Amino acid sequence: MRLDVMKTYKLYIGGAFPRSESGRSYELKDKKGNFVANPALASRKDLRDAVVAARSAFNGWSHATAFNRGQILYRIAEMLEGRSLQFIEEISALEGVSQTSAKKQVQEAIDLWVWYAGWCDKISTSAGGTNPIAGPYYNFTIPEPLGVVGVIAEEKESLLGLTRGLAPVIAGGNTAVLIASESAPLPAITLAEVLATSDLPGGVVNILTGKRSELVPWLAGHMEVDGIDISGVAKTLDGEIKRAGSENLKRIHRFNKDVSPNRMLSFMEYKTVWHPIGI
Amino acid sequence: MSTEIFEYAPAPESRAIVDIKSEYGLYINGKWVAPHSKKRFASINPATEEVLSKVSLADATDIDKAVKAARSAYNKVWAKMAPKERAKYLFRIARLLQERAREFAVLEALDNGKPIRETRDVDVPLSAAHFFYHAGWADKLNYAGYGDNPKPYGVVGQIIPWNFPLLMLAWKVAPALATGNTVVLKPAETTPLTALLFADICEQAELPAGVVNIVTGDGSTGAALVNHKDIDKIAFTGSTEVGKLIAKSIADRGIPATLELGGKGANIVFDDAPIDEAVEGIINGIFFNQGHVCCAGSRLLLQESIVDEFIEKLQVRMAKIRVGDPLDKNTDLGAINSSAQLAKIKEMSESGSKEGAQIWSAPCALPTKGYWFAPTIFTGVTQAHRIAREEIFGPVLSVLTFRTPSEAMEKANNTPFGLSAGVWTEKGSKILWAANELKAGVIWANTFNKFDAASPFGGYKESGWGREGGRHGLAAYLKGAK
Repeated sequence: MRLDVMKTYKLYIGGAFPRSESGRSYELKDKKGNFVANPALASRKDLRDAVVAARSAFNGWSHATAFNRGQILYRIAEMLEGRSLQFIEEISALEGVSQTSAKKQVQEAIDLWVWYAGWCDKISTSAGGTNPIAGPYYNFTIPEPLGVVGVIAEEKESLLGLTRGLAPVIAGGNTAVLIASESAPLPAITLAEVLATSDLPGGVVNILTGKRSELVPWLAGHMEVDGIDISGVAKTLDGEIKRAGSENLKRIHRFNKDVSPNRMLSFMEYKTVWHPIGI
Repeated sequence: MSTEIFEYAPAPESRAIVDIKSEYGLYINGKWVAPHSKKRFASINPATEEVLSKVSLADATDIDKAVKAARSAYNKVWAKMAPKERAKYLFRIARLLQERAREFAVLEALDNGKPIRETRDVDVPLSAAHFFYHAGWADKLNYAGYGDNPKPYGVVGQIIPWNFPLLMLAWKVAPALATGNTVVLKPAETTPLTALLFADICEQAELPAGVVNIVTGDGSTGAALVNHKDIDKIAFTGSTEVGKLIAKSIADRGIPATLELGGKGANIVFDDAPIDEAVEGIINGIFFNQGHVCCAGSRLLLQESIVDEFIEKLQVRMAKIRVGDPLDKNTDLGAINSSAQLAKIKEMSESGSKEGAQIWSAPCALPTKGYWFAPTIFTGVTQAHRIAREEIFGPVLSVLTFRTPSEAMEKANNTPFGLSAGVWTEKGSKILWAANELKAGVIWANTFNKFDAASPFGGYKESGWGREGGRHGLAAYLKGAK
C-alpha cells in the first residue's frame, strides 16, 4: 500500500505561498467527518500584506494591454481545465455534492473565465464613447480600473462563486484580495496554483483563507482598498461594512450571481478627456 | 511688470427684471406652503450684505410632506406617463429657462455673488442645455445601453451646493425626471432663490404637482431628507466631509447614492506648453466662479525650467482681473458667497503663510461692504502644506514644481481626491500619456473648466460616486445601470 502525499494548503500573497504569519490554521473535515486539510487561518496582518501586494501590482496590471489581460485570463481557463479533477475532488469533499454536480460547477467556472477573458478588450468600446460637445472640443469617456478590490467569495459553490467575483475584477484591470469560502476554501488555494502558472503577475490576485468575521472588518476599513464585492457576506453585515467603507468612500457592491459586464463596470471609473479642436 | 489697465466705465445690468418676494414658502405638491416650524431665514446678497428675501426652514415634517407628494406623483402620474410626454415636459422647461434667461442670470448673480457675465454665459445657458439634452433621453432609454426598459428608482432626495445653484439643480432634476423619477430638492442655505424661481418654471410648464418639490433649509433639513425612510435614492453635491456622513447614514438602508464631492485638481504645465494659452487656462481654472468650484485647478504644477517666466506672466494677468460688483458686465471676479466661506479662505491662506509658502495677491481695490478676497497665489508650496492638500474653495492658487513628467504625475495623484486635472503641452502623445496616468474623472487638456450636458462629470476616489451628464450620467437614476 502506498501512502498519499498530502498537500499543505497555504495563502497566496504577492505571487508566493506563505503560511499565515500568525502560525494559525483550522481543521477541515469532509461531510463524513474525515480529516481533509488544515488550511491557514489568515490574520489581519496577512490581510494588510495582501493589500500591499495588490497595490504594488496595480500599476503593472492596469497598464497591461487589454489584449494581454484577455490572453492571461484565457490562460487561466486553460490551466483550470487541465486540473479539473482536482477541483472536482475538493468540491465534492467539502460541499458534499456529487461528482457530477461538482464537475458541472468546475465547467461553469472555466467557461466564465473564458467569458471574461473576451471582455477585457471590449468593455471600453461597449461602455465608453465620444460625447458630442456644443463647442470645438473633442471629448471621450472610457472606463478605467478602480484600484485594489476586495472580493468576498460566495460561501456556497466555492469555485464558481469566487470566479463570479474575481474574474470581472481583474478583467477590468484591478488587482484583488480574495477572501475564500470559509467552509470550502481548498478550491481557492488550488486556483492560486492555477493563477501562479498562468502568466498572471504576482500580486494581481491574493488569496486568504480563514474566518470572515476576523478579516472582513479590516478589509472594509482599509484605506488602501478602493472597492469590495460583498456577495459572499451575510446581508445583515452590509451596514457595518458600508459604514467602515465610507471612510474612503469605497465602492461596495453585492451581486446575485450576476455575470454581466456590469460586474466589471461596478469596479471601474469613467474618465472623460477634453481637448480643443482648432488649427 | 506692466500694470496698465484700461479704465472701464461701469456697465451695470439692471435688476429691475427680477421680482424677489419678501418671503417664500416651500414648494410642495405644486403649492406654496408655510413651513411647519414657522421659521424663516434670510438669503442675502454677498456683495452688499443686503437681505434679499426670507425663505422657509423646512423640518422633518415638511420633508415628510414633500416625500409623500413625490411618492404620490411617482405612482399616480410620472411613472405611468408615456415617455415621449415626459420628454415634452422637459423640453418645455428648457425653453422656459431660455425665455427667462436674463431673469435667472440677474437673480443668480444677486443671490450667489458671482458675476453676471458668468451667470449669463455659463450657469443659465448650461442649465437650459441640460434640460434640453435630457428631454431627448426620456423616450430613448431603451437605447441608452442599460438593457430593455430600464427602471427608475422612484423618489429621489437631492441636495445641491451654493456654488452653481441653478446649474446644480439642472444637473440633478433633469436626469432624474427624464428617467421617470420624482424629486425632493433641497437648495443650499445661502443660495435658495433661483431654485424657488424654478418652481415658477415648473408651474408655467404645467408639470404635474409633486413631480418636483423644493424644500429650503439648512443642514438639518438636508439630514431630514437623507434620513427619510421612503427615499429610494440620494443625490448630493457638496463637501467630501458631508458626503461621507451621507454614505454612513444610508449604509443600513441599502439605497444608492451619487455623490459629487470635493477636489484638489492639479493643473500641470509642461515646458513645451503654449505659455500664453496656459496662463489663461490657469486663470480660468482657479479664478472662475471665485474659485468656488469643486473641480478647480487649485494646484498649479509647473515644470522647473519655466517657473520664473510663468509666474511673472501669471501675476501680470492676475493684476488685470476685475474684482467687484457682480452685476457689472465687466466684472471677472465677484463676491465670496458667504462670511463663513470667507473666513475659511482666510484661515487657509494664513496656514499657507504660516507653513512657509510665499503669498502674492493681485493689487486690486476691494469693496468695503460684502465678502471679498483678492486673487491670490502661493509659491514655494510643498506637498505637505495644507494649501496643497485641502480644498480651499476660493480664489487661491498653490504653485508646486516638478522636473520630470513622471514626477508631475506622482504629485498630481498624491491626493485623496480625484475629480479633475489639467494638462498643458503641445505634444499630443504627452497629453494622452498624462490623461492615462492621472487618477481623475475629468481631464482637461489645453483647456480647463469646460462643461457640457453631453459630457459625464464626476470623480475618482474621495471625490465621489457616479457621474452626472452624458449617457453615463443616466445610470445614476436607473436601477442596475452602471
